[in-house]
Amino acid sequence: MVFEKILLRNVDLPNSEKIGVYLERGGYRALRKALHEHTPQELIDMVRRSGLRGRGGAGFPTGLKWGFMPQDSDVTKYVCVNTDEGEPGTFKDRLLVEKDPHSVIEGTVIASYAVGAHRAFVYIRGEFFLGVKRWMKAIDDAYAHGFLGQDILGSGFDLDLSVHRGAGAYICGEETALLESLEGKRGEPRLKPPYPAQVGLYGQPTLVHNVETLANIPPIVLRGPEWYAQIGTAQSTGPKLFCVSGHVKRPGNYELPLGTPLREIIYQHAGGIRDDKALKAIIPGGASTPMLTAEHLDVHMDFESLAAVGSMLGTGGIIVMDKNTCIVDAALRLTKFFAHESCGKCTPCRVGTQRLVDVLRRIKDGQGQEGDIDRLLGLCQGIIGHTFCPLGDAAVNPTLSSIKHFREEYEYHIAHQRCIASS
Amino acid sequence: MPPEELKGASSRSPTEEQARRSMLLTALYIAQEQYGYLSEEALQRTAERLKISLKDVCSTASFYSLFQTQSQGRYLIQVCEGLSCYLAGGAERLVDYIQRKLGVEVGQTTPDGLFTLETVQCLASCSTSPTLRINDELYEDMTPEKVDRLLDHLAGR
Repeated sequence: MVFEKILLRNVDLPNSEKIGVYLERGGYRALRKALHEHTPQELIDMVRRSGLRGRGGAGFPTGLKWGFMPQDSDVTKYVCVNTDEGEPGTFKDRLLVEKDPHSVIEGTVIASYAVGAHRAFVYIRGEFFLGVKRWMKAIDDAYAHGFLGQDILGSGFDLDLSVHRGAGAYICGEETALLESLEGKRGEPRLKPPYPAQVGLYGQPTLVHNVETLANIPPIVLRGPEWYAQIGTAQSTGPKLFCVSGHVKRPGNYELPLGTPLREIIYQHAGGIRDDKALKAIIPGGASTPMLTAEHLDVHMDFESLAAVGSMLGTGGIIVMDKNTCIVDAALRLTKFFAHESCGKCTPCRVGTQRLVDVLRRIKDGQGQEGDIDRLLGLCQGIIGHTFCPLGDAAVNPTLSSIKHFREEYEYHIAHQRCIASS
Repeated sequence: MPPEELKGASSRSPTEEQARRSMLLTALYIAQEQYGYLSEEALQRTAERLKISLKDVCSTASFYSLFQTQSQGRYLIQVCEGLSCYLAGGAERLVDYIQRKLGVEVGQTTPDGLFTLETVQCLASCSTSPTLRINDELYEDMTPEKVDRLLDHLAGR
């Protein structure tokens, strides 16, 4: 069955990033409908009934998040658009921002109206220079057409939106670290609670959403929450962008309903494994989600099903590895990323991730020592739950999950000083 | 047009001080552009202009990897060697090729001050490997031939 493209409905059109193309395709009709036909409370209820959950990795129900924002109109509230996509294996938000920025702006204005915010910020990863340009051009055009600024579409609702560029720090994708960075500080996460809905940017109630989450809002408003909720599974509704990379024939972004079997995504949409080799391992939702194996191919790609097999949906960034992949090398590369991105605040994460890299590297290089597997597991136990933010817990996943599923390969590496898979 | 500066819709938030501090990352980008890198003088000027202590400016600048506190080449070449790019193949060969072509190791700058070579971990371009970034431009599906053309062009050859 061919699934109707909802989030990617425009991206393949020529000049899809331009406001003219977006308007021709029915763009900003949802905003008009939201502002003229619905109260903020109705929109919050609508999003709640749609079942939409955050697409940045955590999967928190969006309507609930909107409901947590105080109703008081005297309080200054903010909305932040998280464009800090940096989870290895993930490249969906960059696509939306570069190819269809107006769909995200439209979602942002509707969300801001629903929660009563008059100031919104785009926080974009420093490396995304084209994204910055596309955001700024789209925002200028949205102002010129009256979709931003004072008295939007004659509704009396005002909203200003501007772009703030990050400067190279993975952790700033975490919402409280993002807020710190927006405030011009080191991007170190804050202790939660309080959550940003109570105490966020400049200490004010703040709604932080991933780009893909916001792109879901206009279709929900236009076509109704009931229509939306019948896509996907009962608890994981709607379409999802799955980014497939690694050893597949057709790497790329695929928009499919949540709950689509992993096998279908890899073998039908992404064309199967390169050179028709056997599949070995899959990272289902970006670098921080635990690895799965060929045995898990029938898992459905939704929040609940992945949790049931000990992993996570995460960002939907699927990294595929064939039978010749050295699993120790894969774990090493992922752990190197986390070691580099550890901000240094918490010793278990700062030192622990470096030690993990040291031990993984010597095993990979054929210099593993007896007891190294237990040493790795011990290091992981020293990190899990002992760090301020989720980066520490994420950093151990490549090591823990690869040992869980491929322990014998580690043992072979250490005993024979070489890799059994890649040789 | 959107406001140039960070002005809250309400006069109470952000405060003048908060709004000024929020400009720090942007100011550091500008200083880096003007000075080539964040030299002591660049950091000092930034601190003075924004009325933020030098300690806070240095602390913040050092947190972010895109801020360079040491002189580097005019063109910063960043090749992605994240897991997806590694699996797709070609990224490591590309790094080797650029090292040989420029005669520098990863982390070094060419003697003429034109190119600095770095490896990075993910440019959110995992389906178009090998991928590299030079200053503000992203280049996808790279080959040694494309690298030759690109670097020769940048070097004005």
